[in-house]
Amino acid sequence: MPEIKEKVSPEQAAVERWEEETLAPVLKKRPESKERFETVSLDEVNRLYTPADVADVDFERDISFPGEFPYTRGIHPTGYRGKLWTMRQFAGFSTPEETNKRFKYLMSQGQTGLSVAYDLPTLMGYDSDSPLSEGEVGKCGVAVSSLSDMEVLFDGIPLEQVTVSQTINAPASVLLAMYLVVAEKQGADWKKISGTLQNDILKEYIAQKEWIYPIRPAMKLVTDTFEFCTRFVPKYNPISVSGYHIREAGATALQELAFTLRDGIEYVEWGVRAGLDVDEFVPRISFFFNAHNDFFEEIAKYRAARRIWSRVMRERFNAKNERTLQLRFHTQTAGVSLTVQQPLNNIVRVALQALAGVLGGTNSLHTDAYDEALALPTDHAALIALRTQQIIAEETGVANTIDPLGGSYFVESLTRKMEDGALDYFEKIDAMGGMVEAVEKGFPQREIQDSAYQYQKAVERGDQTIVGVNKYRMEEESGTIKTLVIDEGVRDHQNERLNRTRAQRDQGAVSNALEKVRQAAHTGENTMPATIEAVRAYATLGEICDALRDVYGLYEEPAI
Amino acid sequence: MSEQKIRVLVAKPGLDGHDRGAKVIARALRDAGMEVIYTGLRQTPEMIASAALQEDVDAVGISILSGAHNTLCPRIVSLLRDQGMDDCLVVVGGIVPQEDIPRLKEQGVSAIFLPGTSTEDIVKFLRENVRPRE
Repeated sequence: MPEIKEKVSPEQAAVERWEEETLAPVLKKRPESKERFETVSLDEVNRLYTPADVADVDFERDISFPGEFPYTRGIHPTGYRGKLWTMRQFAGFSTPEETNKRFKYLMSQGQTGLSVAYDLPTLMGYDSDSPLSEGEVGKCGVAVSSLSDMEVLFDGIPLEQVTVSQTINAPASVLLAMYLVVAEKQGADWKKISGTLQNDILKEYIAQKEWIYPIRPAMKLVTDTFEFCTRFVPKYNPISVSGYHIREAGATALQELAFTLRDGIEYVEWGVRAGLDVDEFVPRISFFFNAHNDFFEEIAKYRAARRIWSRVMRERFNAKNERTLQLRFHTQTAGVSLTVQQPLNNIVRVALQALAGVLGGTNSLHTDAYDEALALPTDHAALIALRTQQIIAEETGVANTIDPLGGSYFVESLTRKMEDGALDYFEKIDAMGGMVEAVEKGFPQREIQDSAYQYQKAVERGDQTIVGVNKYRMEEESGTIKTLVIDEGVRDHQNERLNRTRAQRDQGAVSNALEKVRQAAHTGENTMPATIEAVRAYATLGEICDALRDVYGLYEEPAI
Repeated sequence: MSEQKIRVLVAKPGLDGHDRGAKVIARALRDAGMEVIYTGLRQTPEMIASAALQEDVDAVGISILSGAHNTLCPRIVSLLRDQGMDDCLVVVGGIVPQEDIPRLKEQGVSAIFLPGTSTEDIVKFLRENVRPRE
């Protein structure tokens, strides 16, 4: 039988020639240092990328120009030349007074936006004086139990001018209400307020696990904030769909990308079902990604994210508004990559991760402090983290030109691979009926758990190197660093203000307002107006969440 | 007669939901041939002690990253001792500042595993320190 030869493209033929003539003799003499080279996501990386790897990537269709569909190269036609990314350092610890001081310090050092970290009781919808809050008040963030705390937190910070990001999820609608009432008391116009509420409850069930209510009522609360903000706070981002925590929980870069964007699709579907216009509310949906160690993999992830989102919005939701198609995102360097061992090495890790975020076109950035594997950052550590961003922005020259890696055979090929992989995951999740159903089945949770375990094994085999941990260890660590200690008296301080607030407010107004919250939850009307009224009457976070718990019940995690 | 399997309760006290570590450890101990019971999230010290008794475990592994270790860990140890589980080993994994370690050890925690510890070291520690059963 005659041999059938497959037609080989000239690009492929050129690669084969190189492999045969130049590469093979060298490999024969000296093999490479290992058989398989892989990313931190344990994904194989080829020796070389050439035009043959991007033969199916079309410049006009897939890469294009910044500010134009499909936005692979960024959403702004001027990149960072017009406006640098926002340097937004996440901060919060101890009492509102302490965090207010840290905010003012960071702003005095050139930080351009604020980002609030709340403590665990606040994240779970408990007041500082709840028995469940013991030992946790002010530890992982700032404690906020009522409007009185919020007033102190933003004292002297003009909310009409500063954009504030709030990392809060299960009780997000209540914290949004507190924020809006403080703004109102400052005399700010809600129509002019900008900022971001994390409010991404799906990733709580998937990864971070700070949930309160069952999934569907929780999704209803999220949709309520979309509806409310679209009408009354139009410049505010009511959600930041977050891959950050998915990655921290152990997901690969691809899983982070796929689950986050599929979560985004789910929120859009819920908004549409609530009667909102895609081109009106989707432009205010923002995203939040991780910046992990594998440099090029991360850059490809961000570029793919923009491309996928614009295509999905156009094809799946028939979006017309250009801003609906433009994915905006915040990036934070990978907390999970920081090491306790030789902690100053973390400064270098953070700088490289942040650089990946910048080369991927992030719109805002948080750089972790070097001491965060040990405790919340000290002033000194937080300052170096901010300075790291300023050095990248103003010394390295990387912000001078837009998407400098666009057109790289490797980066374009990886970007395409990320896109294809994410679309495969979308198909699987769609087949399950959507993300809510997939989460109920434990699908993303299981995928992440498996990846976390595979990664741990790879580290223990030595296939993945962590400098100072499984290689280049030092038996005697050179001097331990000073870390931030949270005073155990924080809870007493908080409880005093809570008692004062409870004693001074109009109890009748509080009970009425809480009853209205219950009613709104019960009838399915928008819960935001009643929540705002309760906040104005100084009902506490715990009381408002209890009212909702009464109606919605509590989430129980299935065994996975 | 076959060797008795070591029984371990992996526990996650406090309000924190970051369970990557707890789950990786649970799986690694299982792969090493131990019987592992995972409590799930947000267990009070009382719930953890009572699960330890009910499951008749040889060791309790507490996963904690939130900074609440000084409040929660000693309470778990003392509840275990109160119910007569004198030999039950208590180990802690997570984010614990160096200066807190001596006090936790005085209060009955046998070992504190900081970030970067290999699961093999934890397996080895449990094998060497769990009291053999009668």
